Amino acid sequence: MADTEVEHALPSEPQSRHVVYCGACSLPPEYCEFGGIVKKCQDWLQKNHPEMYDRLWSEDALAAATSTLSLDAQKRAEKDAHKKALKAEALEQKHLQQIAESKVTIKRVERNKRKFVTTVTGLEAFGLENKKVAKDLGKKFATGASVTKVPSGGEEIVVQGDVSEEIEEFLLEKYKVIPEDNIELVEDKKKKGAGAGG
Amino acid sequence: MFKKDISPGSKSKVKSSVQRAIRNQLVTTYPLLAPHIDEIIPKKEQLDAMKIPDRVTLYLIGPTPLFYQHMTDALLPHLRLVHRFPTCFPSIRIDRGAIRFVLSGATLMAPGLTSTGGRLPNGDAEEKGAYGEHGRKDGEEKGKEGWYGGRELEKGEPVVVCAEGKEEACAVGILSMGTKEVKEKGKGPVVEEGHYLGDGLWRLVTE
Repeated sequence: MADTEVEHALPSEPQSRHVVYCGACSLPPEYCEFGGIVKKCQDWLQKNHPEMYDRLWSEDALAAATSTLSLDAQKRAEKDAHKKALKAEALEQKHLQQIAESKVTIKRVERNKRKFVTTVTGLEAFGLENKKVAKDLGKKFATGASVTKVPSGGEEIVVQGDVSEEIEEFLLEKYKVIPEDNIELVEDKKKKGAGAGG
Repeated sequence: MFKKDISPGSKSKVKSSVQRAIRNQLVTTYPLLAPHIDEIIPKKEQLDAMKIPDRVTLYLIGPTPLFYQHMTDALLPHLRLVHRFPTCFPSIRIDRGAIRFVLSGATLMAPGLTSTGGRLPNGDAEEKGAYGEHGRKDGEEKGKEGWYGGRELEKGEPVVVCAEGKEEACAVGILSMGTKEVKEKGKGPVVEEGHYLGDGLWRLVTE
């Protein structure tokens, strides 16, 4: 959970306060109302810190919060909040749609008769960083893995050796955001029997 | 300053001599922090520096962000640190109406501080105490005043911005107008370009 503040557990006198942060919008829960995804925050808080939920979202608290503002300002604030919420929702929708639409392509490219490299494209759409994934892939397969620019724009990860199937497995296991159907394997040349790289 | 999302850069270790200098600088900038400095930056701990856009350096220990610094300006505390030690930083308080503007990255303007919900130092340089000591937790309803410092803060001083009816601080920044002037004038920008809840620096993943 992203709600825990790392506390310096000094044996003598840990004086720092422990602050709970909202798991949905990462702000301290009392600021959730400004986060734009109030509904989610409320759900999260109710589930994880019911006593705090009762305190922050009780009738009294809400009344106290709004009483200090003039009616006009209240209205404006409400309108603003509503707008923000809509915006956040739209953004999320868009994100989901993007994920549903985009594909990760794993391609085997022939380098030199029996030698292959594997290129991976389309990871950015899932919020992954090419550079980091490349590093992970390189570590996993103990091969070179680099990020190169594609002439048509964008970037691709080039991994030495034919490891397309392993990459698919690895990606599915490690980065759960990618649905299995969205991974595409492409082989450039129909050359059989090329041993799994190494 | 951090309206856009920041992608984490590479961390580099801070030289121990530099680390010492930072400690000293912190104690001089935030005298109230002195008793806790060993907890924030333990002597043996390795301080890391991360470069983020706009020539800002973020100092962290392990995954915990501590301070950020624009070029060689004053060290400003990360809000997570402020939340851990809320009484150690000079604070001012804004009224409820201003919160939503501050949290969307607007410049903090004087009316948000001078209205009934806002708090500024009372101008008594002799008074000493912990910031927001009374009132911030439950005092407001009971009619007690939150204490927001005796000494007037000068232009260019770092300041933590708290909010009416909230326990935690919501922004950090540098005053672009002394608090005395704020009281006299009652308008114009007070804190420009700060670090606020939910901005890029706040969301930065430091692992």
